[in-house]
Amino acid sequence: MDEQNKIAVDTQAPVIEPGYTFGTVTEKISAIVLTRPASNGWFVGFGVAFLMTMMLLYAIGYLVLKGIGIWGVTIPIGWGFAIVNFVWWIGIGHAGTLISAILLLLRQSWRNSINRFAEAMTLFAVACAGIFPAIHVGRPWLAYWLFPYPSTMGVWPQFRSPLMWDVFAVSTYATISAMFWFIGLIPDMATLRDRATHPVARIAYGMLSMGWRGSARHWHRYETAYLLLAGLATPLVLSVHTVVSFDFAVGIVPGWHTTIFPPYFVAGAIYSGFAMVLMLAIPIRKIYGLEDFITELHLQNAAKVMLATGLIVAYGYGIEAFMGWYSGDRYDAFTIWNRLHGPYAIPYWSLLICNIFIPQVLWIRKLRTTPVALFLVSGVILVGMWLERFIIVVVSLHRDFLTSSWGMYYPTRWDWMTYIGTIGMFLAAIFLFVRLLPMISIFEMRTLLPEAEVKE
Amino acid sequence: MKRDPIYGMIAEFDSATALVEAARSTHQAGYKKIDAYSPFPIEGLAEAIGFDHDEVPLVVLIGGIVGGLTGYLMQYWMSAVDYPLNIGGKPYHSWPSFIVITFEMTILFAGISAVFGMLALNGLPMPYHPVFNVPRFALASKDRFFLIVFSSDPKYDAAGTFDFLQRLGPRSISEVPG
Repeated sequence: MDEQNKIAVDTQAPVIEPGYTFGTVTEKISAIVLTRPASNGWFVGFGVAFLMTMMLLYAIGYLVLKGIGIWGVTIPIGWGFAIVNFVWWIGIGHAGTLISAILLLLRQSWRNSINRFAEAMTLFAVACAGIFPAIHVGRPWLAYWLFPYPSTMGVWPQFRSPLMWDVFAVSTYATISAMFWFIGLIPDMATLRDRATHPVARIAYGMLSMGWRGSARHWHRYETAYLLLAGLATPLVLSVHTVVSFDFAVGIVPGWHTTIFPPYFVAGAIYSGFAMVLMLAIPIRKIYGLEDFITELHLQNAAKVMLATGLIVAYGYGIEAFMGWYSGDRYDAFTIWNRLHGPYAIPYWSLLICNIFIPQVLWIRKLRTTPVALFLVSGVILVGMWLERFIIVVVSLHRDFLTSSWGMYYPTRWDWMTYIGTIGMFLAAIFLFVRLLPMISIFEMRTLLPEAEVKE
Repeated sequence: MKRDPIYGMIAEFDSATALVEAARSTHQAGYKKIDAYSPFPIEGLAEAIGFDHDEVPLVVLIGGIVGGLTGYLMQYWMSAVDYPLNIGGKPYHSWPSFIVITFEMTILFAGISAVFGMLALNGLPMPYHPVFNVPRFALASKDRFFLIVFSSDPKYDAAGTFDFLQRLGPRSISEVPG
């Protein structure tokens, strides 16, 4: 630990409460998985999430049977909830990679207690996101046509389209996040293998640990690979939402065709991602008694990241409005006027309230350290970021250049069932994750203890 | 293949500092075939046992180069050679449009190389290993630190190595059956 970090730790809440040893850290985290019985609350929570997942499957099943006509999408609004939810979920995923990769490179040791479940959150969010474009293509059973594979048709994908770039960006992101997460789990799987008493658990964790034994040579290569992976994931995560924003920015529709989109999308992604991290971390640390590992410092830092990225997002809205006026383009100017006064004015004003006005309460130190307040503000931000994507997708499309092609979009119950269903799937995965895998990286927590330091 | 009945001799230590010091003295005493086990990565431990060639960066570099070339050449060949399609009057070889996928493929291949390269170089997955025969070794994934001298080391002899390890002040010493 360098001098600067020491000072930071001395003056603020600690990264990990004092008094822990290698043994107690190991026991405390592994006990949640190995010995703690599943509570009734867990069963109820998982049951509800599972039913919501079933609703998702029902909605998708009916969609495959009937076609996307069951959704509210029409021309001109051909990109309804499916794309709104896709962008929302993929944005949420970004915080996990930011925490695990970027903060690792920046040597922010506080990341060690939240990176594991933030990465899990990323994976599950990307899985939810991936469903939408696949079922939105109209004939989902042919979604594999997106990939360049040698077919009897002889044609190849059209690589000049941002939609193709998106296929590569998102599938690379999903693969790298999954590998990063799994690599991080290997040493902890070995810990669980050595602690588990149930034979099935021993074998399962033993196989997942790949025979990890903590050899110095292995650790050396492991750390090199982990660091390189972090270095690769950093530009990757920035590229993913940039490419998602290209899906819009490369089009000529007013409200889409702006150069501010890439940075503003990335900031928005991290904004909503940290909000989701807090919405998960706050109840989890309370329920599983992990306040000593996920301390006030973590909540405060996450709140500060949200505040900063929220201001970047606000700047993005400001620039959009400014350019609408300054460009002198009457269509652009109309887009801004239409957002403020048109048929979707209520979602737009709600968006401004949720994303810009309410989060300013995070300037108050007292609120940043009050978990309940943070939880509520995070919820507001998640709603706001969902509305932002709704505004970008629907409001831009419903009023384009010709009045003859104006229209309205009304989501149907199938739209809502699919959206709420993915929330259920996400929560079900989180419920399973906290019971089956160590939700805090045990070996990285050991490195935070003072006794981990080698004294020469 | 004939297997040595004894795989090595393993000593257990209480702290990271003790392990690094013990590893350094053992290496300096002329034992070359040694290894150390710890519940978390310790800076300087790999150097202390004489490990100085980590090939992971090279593997990742090669993976990244191969990925980037694959990505670009794939798009070039598919769009300009195998089935040229006129899309909005753009050139068949419209390289600026190919950059994004080239970048993503570079990251993908480099990342896969990092993970599988690391596992392969470490010889993992390896579900069985002789050190697991030592009951106390289960603590290596919790709070204990181990140093092993392999019986394949030319300097290894049961009594001499035991005495040597004893002088390093371990908590316990055991022979590892092969």
